[in-house]
Amino acid sequence: MTPVSEAASIYSVDKVLLVAIRDNITDTDIINLQEDLSERIVNEAARGVVIDIAALEIVDTFVGRILAQLSSISRLLAAETYIVGMRPAVAMTLVELGMDLPGSKTALSLSHALRSLKAKGLA
Amino acid sequence: MTVAPTTELSRLLREDFDGVLDAWFATQKREGVRRPDLFSDRESRRQLSDLLRAFAEALNRIDISEPVDIDADVWSELRLALSEITLVRTERGVAPWEMTAFMLALKQPVFEKLSENLSGTPDTLLAVASDFGRVVDAFAMHINEYFIAERDEIIERQRAEMMELSTPVVQLWERVLTIPLIGTLDSMRAQEVMENLLNSIVEHSAEVVIVDITGVRVVDTQVAQHLLRTAAAVRLMGAEAIISGISPKIAQTMVELGVDVGEVTTRPSIRAALAEAFRRVGFQISRIDDTRV
Repeated sequence: MTPVSEAASIYSVDKVLLVAIRDNITDTDIINLQEDLSERIVNEAARGVVIDIAALEIVDTFVGRILAQLSSISRLLAAETYIVGMRPAVAMTLVELGMDLPGSKTALSLSHALRSLKAKGLA
Repeated sequence: MTVAPTTELSRLLREDFDGVLDAWFATQKREGVRRPDLFSDRESRRQLSDLLRAFAEALNRIDISEPVDIDADVWSELRLALSEITLVRTERGVAPWEMTAFMLALKQPVFEKLSENLSGTPDTLLAVASDFGRVVDAFAMHINEYFIAERDEIIERQRAEMMELSTPVVQLWERVLTIPLIGTLDSMRAQEVMENLLNSIVEHSAEVVIVDITGVRVVDTQVAQHLLRTAAAVRLMGAEAIISGISPKIAQTMVELGVDVGEVTTRPSIRAALAEAFRRVGFQISRIDDTRV
């Protein structure tokens, strides 16, 4: 069970890892998340990762870069990664910052991402 | 004996108010800015006397040899009268230059009257005339500024209206949206378009959005940049953007400009884009019976 105080939680459903990022995430939290996630993808042989950022209201270049990194790391570990639930304001900010996460897959919501993963036999 | 220009003018307006007014009126008639087609004699005269009275009033409290600050409190009544008259006259179709001439027509009759009164003291005459000239010029400039401010306000209002009208997001089908862009796409509108579109994606859970640029007059590097950024933001939200309405000419221009659309889907017509959108969300259009061909 993940402690409540953490700003990000990783849940495992079937072969998919769900990452929920909360709004008050700090730079340290997000670096810890990067480590935890890579470990768990390997340990649980996950084929799909869904990162839900619906709660995220503010992004900066750091968060943007970490999001891109999370996708790249998961892909290297053979897990297809979706970033879902991005808010319009966040999308506009990221584009403004020139970080349009070219390597990441995106979906409208968790269920959209799960549907895509299922269609590919990854969930 | 020298008399201060303000006192001299004040005296003229007090003693010969109607004379000045008649002469001003006559000058306007002669210069063709009286506009009898729009205003009756009575109305015109009332406007002139309002202005003159406000002017005479201000003269009691100000020294016109000083620089004229039309925004000062002392001129508030005159400003009000000027604004009212300008508004009434422009609403009925008086042109800006006519309004300026309308004001400047006060100079000549006052000069004439002053030179009668002050024929014995040319120095005073010169001082009064030059000060008075400056004041009237300031009034005329105020009229012009009022004009520009009014017009700016209208332009701003129309711009806001156009902005609202010009970025309608329409749901074409379940999970398919379109935004037909018309006119010019400057930074401000591009921002508006992006905001509207992204919010609608959330609202409708849309998966495909068609950005139609059939009605966009010019596509230059900046417009292309705006379009690509919109497409990038749409993708980040988890939906896909199709840019449609790319005419052969626009395609050539874009390539000449070195615009690279990357992985953004483009279609020549909104029809082709719609077919593609249907394919992506898993619908297809089929003819109901062959006899109607």
